[in-house]
Amino acid sequence: MQPTSHSFKENARQALGDANLQKALKLMQSGFPARRAASIARLPEFDALRDQGKAIKDHVLENLDVYLETFEKNVVAQGGEVHWCRTPQEAREAVLAICRRLGAKTVTKGKTMIAEEIALNDYLEANGVTPVETDLGEYIIQIRREYPSHIIAPALHLVKEQVAESFRATHKGLDAKRALEDAPTLVAEARSILRQKFLAADIGLTGANFCVAETGSTLIVTNEGNGDLTQTLPKAHIVLASIEKLTPTLEDVSTILRLLTRSATGQEFSAYTTVSTGPRRADDTDGPQEYHVVFLDNGRSAMLGTEFQDMLRCIRCGACMNHCPVYATVGGHAYGWVYPGPMGAVLTPTLVGIDEAGHLPNASTFCGRCESVCPMKIPLPQMMRHWREREFAQKRSPAAYRYGLAFWAFFARRPALYRLAIGLAARILGSIGGPRGRFRSLPLAGGWTQGRDLPAPEGRTFMSLWAARRKRISP
Amino acid sequence: MSEAREQILGAIRRALGRGAADEARRTAIADRLARHEHNLIPARTQGLDPAGQVALFVQMAEEAQATVARVAGAADVPAAVAEYLSQRNLPSRLVMAPDPALDGIPWSERPLLEIRRGRAEDADQVGVTACFAGIAETGTLMLISGPHSPTRNNFLPDTHVVVMRGAQVVASYEDGWTRLRAAMGEKGMPRTVNLITGPSRTGDIEQRIELGAHGPRRLHIVLIDDEARP
Repeated sequence: MQPTSHSFKENARQALGDANLQKALKLMQSGFPARRAASIARLPEFDALRDQGKAIKDHVLENLDVYLETFEKNVVAQGGEVHWCRTPQEAREAVLAICRRLGAKTVTKGKTMIAEEIALNDYLEANGVTPVETDLGEYIIQIRREYPSHIIAPALHLVKEQVAESFRATHKGLDAKRALEDAPTLVAEARSILRQKFLAADIGLTGANFCVAETGSTLIVTNEGNGDLTQTLPKAHIVLASIEKLTPTLEDVSTILRLLTRSATGQEFSAYTTVSTGPRRADDTDGPQEYHVVFLDNGRSAMLGTEFQDMLRCIRCGACMNHCPVYATVGGHAYGWVYPGPMGAVLTPTLVGIDEAGHLPNASTFCGRCESVCPMKIPLPQMMRHWREREFAQKRSPAAYRYGLAFWAFFARRPALYRLAIGLAARILGSIGGPRGRFRSLPLAGGWTQGRDLPAPEGRTFMSLWAARRKRISP
Repeated sequence: MSEAREQILGAIRRALGRGAADEARRTAIADRLARHEHNLIPARTQGLDPAGQVALFVQMAEEAQATVARVAGAADVPAAVAEYLSQRNLPSRLVMAPDPALDGIPWSERPLLEIRRGRAEDADQVGVTACFAGIAETGTLMLISGPHSPTRNNFLPDTHVVVMRGAQVVASYEDGWTRLRAAMGEKGMPRTVNLITGPSRTGDIEQRIELGAHGPRRLHIVLIDDEARP
């Protein structure tokens, strides 16, 4: 998809006026964080597990080449095949080549963010293969021709009335007068429609939450069972995975799984956690006859050894966006690409470029909640700061911002002058602010005063109060 | 070896500031993989005796909206299954995995249960399977694919009934992997390992949890308490 991250500000403005979106975002704020907190309260070891999870991923990243080779060897030993792709285009072609060879007409899909990243559906359609999303949220946005607004709840931006409207428009064979008010009816309708798609599909395509080096297995974490029907019934199973999904052993995966489900949905464990290894065995009576792992790099190897390496620990739980005040206000689509929220603000500039996505690392209050809830302890605010620094160093930030910052920096580097200037400014503003003690408008502060008053400074600066206090305490 | 493969591996090595991994690094990683070392395992399952593990398994499975019926012996299973189905007005026609673990159960004593052994099809409303293990920590079932346990039987029927023994319950996922490796031996991993915790669900419409998204709406566990544990 074509990113619209460059118009973040416009996107955000529209989002604020979208009543349905605002209603949906309210539901999120009362849902995910409370469930996460309740599940973590039951697991006193959660923080210790975070440290171990982080250490596992750090170890893998330092040895990523060895783990990838080991994984590949074990996939091949079980009769599977690994395809290496540097770019989205190579990954799309690898998938299409398998479809062509097997004469596939339809491909059912479990939820995979990598497929979103490489815009696989549009490409398959343009080449005569019909992709069918089977995760309910993904199915809803596919028929609406949208992209996900959340990495684990793709249709989070919609209310049920919108879903009902889309089902009526798409499921034309059904009685037009049928009732579709409530969630259970909608779920049942999607179930019966998609069941037929599962049975008819030629190929099933899923993502991977983990690639297990020890066994050459891929693992998905789901709740609906769609990923399982997707990979079990058709003649081939294609797994789309990015190269940082490697994990050493099933024991290591178990440790990270304890973090993943609780951080994501607040579940003790997901309904379905599925380990897939190779194609069906000679004496099996079901399962795919072919098993392919399509590895995508797309700029990830270039993140290793940089200040963004820590981002490669991300397990895509969504906790950072569930707890982000900016995400909760503008929703995922404002971010303009497939990865929203704090993790998107760090990842999107690496994948689509800082020219396109420069607004995203700036769309943060730096409150730090994302880092505090991240199960893999990724320093998200710090990495957003790295992007801002790069932007500044490459002279990409807006001129007014740059001059303002340079002006401030001039004083900040000269503490005596800074204190003098701030003291003076505080006194002047304090006296203009006068008896009301606040400003309704102020030059250069329109962004603030549009929505609220700016308090006027009162009396002396913090530094001078501090100095006076220290003198009092230790004369 | 594809060009892309070499380029990706090369880019990784350059970024990590080294050439191809040396022998010492490779050996260290191979050793790490072979050790299957356990990381921290939550205290909730540690120090429980077998009965305690089974009790925790049942409690956690029920929390995940599975239902559990505990019976004294294999002879009681057909009645428990029949009772479960009739109480919920579910059909008594069922598809049963051709799993030898289900052979010793006197199904014929309940002639009203209409049983077909084999692979599940779309029309099958009720499926009965065995399982490989139960994991107490989160009330999770471990099912593995094989000639007698097709994976589709765990997902196609609306109602999934799992028959298991108390001795199959282990404390943690790690204990489950240990048992699996021991059982599979040289063969390595089965094609599919399904860790199943409660019935299928979705929260994709307004984040309200609805059961029965694509897999079974109901998961019922019949647990035989009859085996002495090692």
